[in-house]
Amino acid sequence: MQFMLLFSRQGKLRLQKWYVPLSDKEKKKITRELVQTVLARKPKMCSFLEWRDLKVVYKRYASLYFCCAIEEQDNELITLEIIHRYVELLDKYFGSVCELDIIFNFEKAYFILDEFLLGGEAQETSKKNVLKAIEQADLLQENIDFQMRLFAGVMVPNMASESSGLFQN
Amino acid sequence: MKELMVRAIYCESLGYEASFSYIHAIKLAQQGAGLEKRVGYLAVSLFLNENHELLLLLVNTVLKDLQSTNLIEVCMALTVVSQMFPKDMIPAILPLVEEKLNHPKEIIRRKAVLALYKFYLIAPNQVQHIHNKFRKALCDKDPGVMTASLHIYLQMIQENPEGYKDLTASFVTILKQVVGGKLPIDFNYHSVPAPWLQIQLLRILSFLGKNDQSVSELMYEVLDESLQRAEMNHNITYAILYECVRCIYTIHPKSELLEKAAQCIGNFVLSPKINLKYLGLKALTYVVQQDPKLALQHQMTIIECLDHPDLIIKRETLELLFRITNAQNVMVIVEKMLEFLRVSTDDYTTIDLVGKVAELWFIETMNTVFSVGGDMMQPDIPNSFLKLLSEGFDCVEDDRKLRLFAVDSYISLLHGEPGKLPQRFLQVISWVLGEYSHLREELEPASVLRLLEKLLDMKQTSSETKNWVLMAMTKLCVGGASVSVAQQVSETYISSMDTVLRQRAQELQHFGQDSEVRTRVLPRDTDLENTIFDVDSSLSFLDGFVSEALAAGAAPYKPPHQRQEELAQAKALSLEPYGLSLPISMSSCSIADRQSPTPLSMSSGLSTTLKLDGVKRVWGREGYLVQRESVEETAQVEVPSPLRSPSQQAEANGSHSQTPTQTPTPEPEQEKQQLAASLFFGLSSQSSVCLMGKSGPTSHRFRRKAKGQGSISGATEQTSKTKLNDSDIKGSDPSLSEDSGLVAADSEDMNPHEDPERPKDLCLSSHLPAELSGLCHSEISPLCSIQSLDLSACHVQKDDSLVLVIFIQNSSDSAIRQIPLDLDSDELEVMYYVSRVSDSPVEDVRSHDVAVYQYSLTVKRPSVHVEVVGTVSCPVGTPQTVRFSYKLPLTTFIRPLTLSTEEYGTMWLAFSHDTKQNLTLISDDPEPLTATLSVLKRKLQLHVVEIIGMEGILACRLLRDRPCLMHCRVHAGALAVWLRSPVPDLPDCLIYHCQRALQED
Repeated sequence: MQFMLLFSRQGKLRLQKWYVPLSDKEKKKITRELVQTVLARKPKMCSFLEWRDLKVVYKRYASLYFCCAIEEQDNELITLEIIHRYVELLDKYFGSVCELDIIFNFEKAYFILDEFLLGGEAQETSKKNVLKAIEQADLLQENIDFQMRLFAGVMVPNMASESSGLFQN
Repeated sequence: MKELMVRAIYCESLGYEASFSYIHAIKLAQQGAGLEKRVGYLAVSLFLNENHELLLLLVNTVLKDLQSTNLIEVCMALTVVSQMFPKDMIPAILPLVEEKLNHPKEIIRRKAVLALYKFYLIAPNQVQHIHNKFRKALCDKDPGVMTASLHIYLQMIQENPEGYKDLTASFVTILKQVVGGKLPIDFNYHSVPAPWLQIQLLRILSFLGKNDQSVSELMYEVLDESLQRAEMNHNITYAILYECVRCIYTIHPKSELLEKAAQCIGNFVLSPKINLKYLGLKALTYVVQQDPKLALQHQMTIIECLDHPDLIIKRETLELLFRITNAQNVMVIVEKMLEFLRVSTDDYTTIDLVGKVAELWFIETMNTVFSVGGDMMQPDIPNSFLKLLSEGFDCVEDDRKLRLFAVDSYISLLHGEPGKLPQRFLQVISWVLGEYSHLREELEPASVLRLLEKLLDMKQTSSETKNWVLMAMTKLCVGGASVSVAQQVSETYISSMDTVLRQRAQELQHFGQDSEVRTRVLPRDTDLENTIFDVDSSLSFLDGFVSEALAAGAAPYKPPHQRQEELAQAKALSLEPYGLSLPISMSSCSIADRQSPTPLSMSSGLSTTLKLDGVKRVWGREGYLVQRESVEETAQVEVPSPLRSPSQQAEANGSHSQTPTQTPTPEPEQEKQQLAASLFFGLSSQSSVCLMGKSGPTSHRFRRKAKGQGSISGATEQTSKTKLNDSDIKGSDPSLSEDSGLVAADSEDMNPHEDPERPKDLCLSSHLPAELSGLCHSEISPLCSIQSLDLSACHVQKDDSLVLVIFIQNSSDSAIRQIPLDLDSDELEVMYYVSRVSDSPVEDVRSHDVAVYQYSLTVKRPSVHVEVVGTVSCPVGTPQTVRFSYKLPLTTFIRPLTLSTEEYGTMWLAFSHDTKQNLTLISDDPEPLTATLSVLKRKLQLHVVEIIGMEGILACRLLRDRPCLMHCRVHAGALAVWLRSPVPDLPDCLIYHCQRALQED
């Protein structure tokens, strides 16, 4: 996979992950044009695009477009399933994910993506395992927070609310 | 800090510059703990790319974290490493990553494998030594680690399938286990066992089994099983099926499997799901080379897809069609392609499509196109084809292959029956062979030459094709045997009747002899895009030639626009009605006349008549006269008009009598004049009246006079009557009133009743006030009509003023009282003049009578044309106001100013407003300055103060006493004019009129 983009129906970029080294200028150009191209397509059209020299696979979930650029020999359908699996992961993690979750916790979305795809290849396809890894990391964070609270006796309210929110999930 | 970094990431993703935070991201990754470190790493991986210099600062952090006892930290480090790492720093961390391959935790091992995969991708030689460790990873007890290792193997096998044939059995076994559901349930995806793993394995197998029967045989069983298992109606199974089909068609074919695969493809193509349809088409495209029948089965679906609203589907269908192109369907497919190209808006798609068209298949297609379409096609098709071929595409290797393919196919065609090929195709063939046959090394240039020679010898080869062939030969002939062939050919064609062919043969001969020149002129392997041809667009290397030619008396080059202008001018001169029938004699006339309009001109005029002898017979006596007249007119610059001979005759006489001193009329001319005079008696008196006019009257005026006289004289000829009509229409055209041409104020001599064509004008002129009636007045032109009132106007030039006369004619039966009439002008001062009839500007008009208003006009602000705007209302009936305007050229306000050279000198220095311009000189006069100035004098009423050598000074005044001085000098074939006046804008306006006067001349 070359890159993954998440953008809203209004064309606002929500998430971008590049697995090929490109300059910022190139990235912006590709993003702009690809977003335009994808948004211009009608819902009944097929999810695959041959755009420039890339194969682009995109899928729309509610107001969000998930868009992957893949190599020539890559399998389009499996890429579609990668997108779907990622959405499932997000959904599981956030609990019926919506665009706002991704806007406000986009770093979490990135962490999940990193746990799922590494270097552009599917790393861990098991939903359970990915979430386990994420939770472990969160737990570590929680432990540190807990220690900090114990020793410093100072609690940052913002942080507390964030962690409690996570556990509710 | 963490929050800030998250915000910085957000800013960046919105497209804002946040590069200041990069270093902080690295710091955060280094110093932070837990989530902070994580965010730091994330920020780094989002902000920086592999080549960023700040990434070096991260190496230490990564090293530290890899050695950490905290699993999470190790994970983070491995994650960032497998996403991006500076190539040069790989050796520094490689041992640590390798070590992690033995880590007890599978997540660490997996990430380590993926990190190594990344290293392999960016620097394959640095991980050369750990190949056995990859093998270990492949055999890892955890399927996740094994899956990860497949990425590396896929890459390695793709590059070198031979080296890993021994692993085929292992991969097959793994796949078998996976398909058989032996993996933990964790790996299931929608109850399909480890689809990613399956697909990965299938891809590896297809690489391994490609062109290798024995290896392929190992796979058949598992592939069959995969096909059978993948029956569930879900995307993921389709993905596996698709991969299976691809694999089956890639490896050594087995008919059973192919059948099943074909069925699969059929299901895809027929599927209502658009994604599957797309993949089905893609698969079809892929397999159609091996199995064109499959495409036939799905013909209808393909046709449907061709009109699919989704461009992507359409494009894929076209791609498929390319591959099934043959001589029969080529036309339709090309048509469809072009259709698509027309609707496609994406440049990239277009380029890509055109590029694809030009792939190997395209050559064949074009071969078919050329053979079938032959000479009927437009010439730009082969041209663009050759352009495509020569410019090539992005990939050098592709280009080479394409050209090689073209050369091969053409050579084989030439070996066949070249006589049957169309000419255009032969041309294309010879070009391609000339340019690219060297790509095929084993091909002897001499043998190609002989093939081409065969083309030359064929009877049906056109000379254009021969040109192409000879050019190709020129490119080809290098050394040895080829030269002799070339020599032979060039000798045959060097004496050809066709000049182009002869030139090519010459080229061939010379290049054949001199290889050094050849390589310079026709460099091999030129990429059109990269070669910058030194084209000297100014053609400066021809300067010497041009100056030589000029010295030898050639006409200097004129740019097209100038030529156009001159052509237009020439047209104006060559009086249209005759210009068409006698273009040559006419031009010779005008030239002759131009060269000598002075006394000498008569002889040249006579020589002209000699040339026109033939015409004379056609046109009769008058015809000759007409001819003569037109010559005269060229000298006079009369506006050409399609009048018939008698009036022209009259006109001719008029102009002759007008300037008797300038052109002493020789005997024959006088004879004709007499004849004319006998036809239109009274002409001479007419002329004399005209001469009384103050300004040099134009021929136009004579024409009017002549016409008037003609009718008075009883209209002896029918023609004169008719002509009268149309010239009268012309006369009443208000545009003519703008002309400075004045009509001698003797109109009253004419009897209005005898001239029914123009009663109004004549009637009105009779109403001219007595003090004006003796002066020149312009034509009376209608201004407007309001109810029963008709307004007309004319202007009368007096020595010290310009009088505007407005006639109001009442055609009703009752008298109209108190007609309010207002005049105004931006440029002029309008003063009510004493009327003959009444003292008041508002007066009564009796029934069927004419009221005359007089206004004195003086120029307030000079302008090229001045305009009087007026309103008039009719007090009778419904109140109604009508606006009208009357336009005058500034020249009507110009009067000569008589002064001495000394006075001129003092005044010149005193005036502040000036303008300079170059005007055309009347160059066909021996004394161009005098001639030019006399034209100005005549037309603009300028006073020539003195002419000294090549300089002349003139003076005039704008009514009433505003002087303008003019200084002229002949300089470089033009008249450099310098005007000075105390009045702003006056020099500019005057120079405009000078220009026009000279242009008309």
